[in-house]
Amino acid sequence: MTDSRRYTAAETLAILSARQLEDGQVVFAGVGVPLLAATLAQRLHCPGLTILFEGGVIGAFVEPGKLPPSTNDQRCTKRANMVLGSADVLLLLQRGYVDVGFMGGAQIDQYGNLNSSFIGSPAAPKTRLPGTGGGNDIASLTNMIVAMKHEKRRFVEKVDFITSPGFIQGWKTRAESGLPAGGMFRVITELAVFGFDDETRRMKVLALNPGVDRAQVQDNTGFELLFDEALSMTEPPTGRELETLRDLDPHRLFTA
Amino acid sequence: MTAPLVRDYRSLRQGISQRDRSLREKVMSLHNAATLVQDGMSVGVGGSTMSRTPMAMIWELMRQRRKHLSCSRSIVSTDGDLLFGSDIADEVVTSWFAQGILWGLSKVMRHHVEKGGKRFQEWSHMAMGMRFRAGAMGVPFLPIRSMLGSDVLKQRPEAKEFDCPFTGEKLLLVPALNPDVALIHVQRCDPYGNAHIDGLQFMDIDLAMAADRVILTTERIISNDQIRRAPDQTKIPFFCVDAVVEVPFGAAPHECFGVYEPMMRHMEAYVAKVNAEPLEGMRGYLERHVYGPETWTDFLSLIGLDNLLEAANKGRSIYND
Repeated sequence: MTDSRRYTAAETLAILSARQLEDGQVVFAGVGVPLLAATLAQRLHCPGLTILFEGGVIGAFVEPGKLPPSTNDQRCTKRANMVLGSADVLLLLQRGYVDVGFMGGAQIDQYGNLNSSFIGSPAAPKTRLPGTGGGNDIASLTNMIVAMKHEKRRFVEKVDFITSPGFIQGWKTRAESGLPAGGMFRVITELAVFGFDDETRRMKVLALNPGVDRAQVQDNTGFELLFDEALSMTEPPTGRELETLRDLDPHRLFTA
Repeated sequence: MTAPLVRDYRSLRQGISQRDRSLREKVMSLHNAATLVQDGMSVGVGGSTMSRTPMAMIWELMRQRRKHLSCSRSIVSTDGDLLFGSDIADEVVTSWFAQGILWGLSKVMRHHVEKGGKRFQEWSHMAMGMRFRAGAMGVPFLPIRSMLGSDVLKQRPEAKEFDCPFTGEKLLLVPALNPDVALIHVQRCDPYGNAHIDGLQFMDIDLAMAADRVILTTERIISNDQIRRAPDQTKIPFFCVDAVVEVPFGAAPHECFGVYEPMMRHMEAYVAKVNAEPLEGMRGYLERHVYGPETWTDFLSLIGLDNLLEAANKGRSIYND
């Protein structure tokens, strides 16, 4: 029996993220929670969801218990419709075939810019992080969902370094930078679901997770949040969602 | 001496015109093939992350103590640790550099980049692909629509913002990348270098076309008759290739599509060792696993038969159903 009252933060992220996806969409997914969430959505309410991986895979159908360790491993190709070169699969983003890009984040700011390159200054970094991978391309070229842990040090007013662009400095600065398409759509954390204001492009709380209040989200955020007028409360993960998720990741590679 | 960012077109063509492009046998030892890579060269590394990494060739280059290489690859994992940790490379040009998504940050990369004077030159993944493609196409650059507006671009003065002459839109031009030599591991090829690549091909076809020289390592060598039976399966043509080396398990401990998955116990032990002590741990790993073994087969013995068989069982399972 799955105990639906007890679940981890990573499980919440995967389940709430999966709910953002719609059947028939084409989704470009990063490894970890994004891959898990996209696969979960495919099993639950989106049987017609097409998953792309940056390793060069179109239409993957990952097997339960055999999650790939990266999006460049053979497991990503399981029951796929096509395998192609990695530059070519990224070019599909540029041509506009992808509805949603889906990835994790280490540090995000009020305009949805993501940093996965440097803590501190690039010239003398405190920490050199792994870098963009396909993150910059995905964030530049399609609508993004980001699933990440909610901590004050991760939700900052201004990221140390824009690795993957959100709305840059808000307003129309993204388009003016040469990025006319896409942008941040949703951010999912263990505390809330966020969108972005249509005009200022600042981060806005759309829904609070079960048992979470406004103050708790604000206290864990390093900038002043907007709250949607129609702020709602998210339904807790269901038994079916948890069971399916645990079936996909029985060894808790990504949901510990 | 600094090489120009984009190589001169006439000299690129001249390099090819002087190359022996005849249908000839190129089978040689790992040792001899590695001599095509000389100190200070730019080296394109095939595969991606933990997949089809030309690990045996990197292993041989470490044993031959190459110096000052600049290595480029789509995505770098523990191969990058080894390039920096063994001091054969000064620079890694890539989009992502850690040990693997399962293990977080590479303490080895961090040490060498933050304190050790090594360079990790970061481009977006698509930009890396289009740089190799421009190199393969014989043009000095290609336009892309990513990296714009980001700080990744601010770190890369080599890329140029450009107003499209047709639409007036802002685009980014990324410079061609034509490595001196490419290292590519494949499932099978013939003695001339006609190569099959099963599964994920990453950027290897562009890389093979872009580079001045290509060293193929292969799980096995098949006859040219086999190649001619299914020429549509040939992904790299023989005249791009300068050396063919048969190295079973030549991507170990990484994966080779359809042949073996990564040898995870070895990888986990490696990561624990080098992240605990990025210098001493790496020194110990290199002594035991790189400089110590007499042959590649001896290195594989250190990974262990049980580990190899399990990886091979999982690798081949892709064809089970």
